[in-house]
Amino acid sequence: MSNKEWPLYEVFIRSKAGLSHRHAGSIHAADDQMALDHARDTYTRRQEGVSLWVVPSAAIIASDPAETAALFEPAKDKIYRHPTFYEIPDGVENL
Amino acid sequence: MSTALQTYVSRLGDNALILAQRMIEQVAAYPELEEELANANFALDYLGQARLFYSYAAELEGEGRTEDDFAFLRGEREFQNFLLLEQPVRHFGDAIVKSVLFEQYYLSLLERLSACGEPRVAEIAARAAKEVTYHLRHNGQWLVRLGDGTEESHSRVQDSVNSFWPFTGELFECDDVDRTFVDAHGGPNPASLRDDWTTDIAALLADATLAMPADTWMATGGKAGKHSESFGYLLAEMQYLQRSHPGAAW
Repeated sequence: MSNKEWPLYEVFIRSKAGLSHRHAGSIHAADDQMALDHARDTYTRRQEGVSLWVVPSAAIIASDPAETAALFEPAKDKIYRHPTFYEIPDGVENL
Repeated sequence: MSTALQTYVSRLGDNALILAQRMIEQVAAYPELEEELANANFALDYLGQARLFYSYAAELEGEGRTEDDFAFLRGEREFQNFLLLEQPVRHFGDAIVKSVLFEQYYLSLLERLSACGEPRVAEIAARAAKEVTYHLRHNGQWLVRLGDGTEESHSRVQDSVNSFWPFTGELFECDDVDRTFVDAHGGPNPASLRDDWTTDIAALLADATLAMPADTWMATGGKAGKHSESFGYLLAEMQYLQRSHPGAAW
């Protein structure tokens, strides 16, 4: 038996209709179909979701932690970009 | 003397429980974490089905017995599960093959039972059918991966298919209990499930590049409570706690 590990997949779950998929964790699988099964068996045993996405981890293009300062810090002092100067009318949810 | 309906229902419980017990024996022995979880989940699905069938059988009997009495306090001859399900599992491939052979039959039984005239059986069957649909999908894919995998995996699962094959004839036997249920509630005659099963299994085996065994001698006896040698050991382990500490609970 080969000791090569199966490729890694990231798992995203939609917890209920209308909400977006959220990252839940990762699993190993030999192919896409197996990845979906493993995601189902590992992450939805307690009714966590109504829809699943699996994505090969290698397909995710991530930002470089070394660039955090350049990428994200400039937004810190742009308080005017936040919609905090509005009054939110009563009855508006999920904003 | 139990009625045919009671026997019919408790047999469904026996099949689910004995398969679950064999799967539980494999817990912590699986090659991959994700498959380990799948196996334990599937075993719990079957355990849940056994509880529902046994609870109903106990209710029909009306003598105050519970699901636990059916599982833990009956002797070997009182269990009427298929011999296929009590066969020991030597490795992952065995577990997959055994499940596929049974589930291809069980799913079509459950689908027909869910439309039968016995309301409780129909209700339990409808719920179980959802679980088994997923198991079969999962296990069927594994059969193809292993059969059409490496030389080693191919020869091992071919051996599994050949070893379990003689136990598949029993699935389609129809005795008085079946006949009475069919006449009274319109469930399927087991013999009528055979053609679809053969077609589906042949297709799956072909996908997996596995050979379908030739017609051969078929084992029989499970439905009459006549079991194979390993069954006593299975019961001894499963029933140990209740036999040694009667009434133990938590």
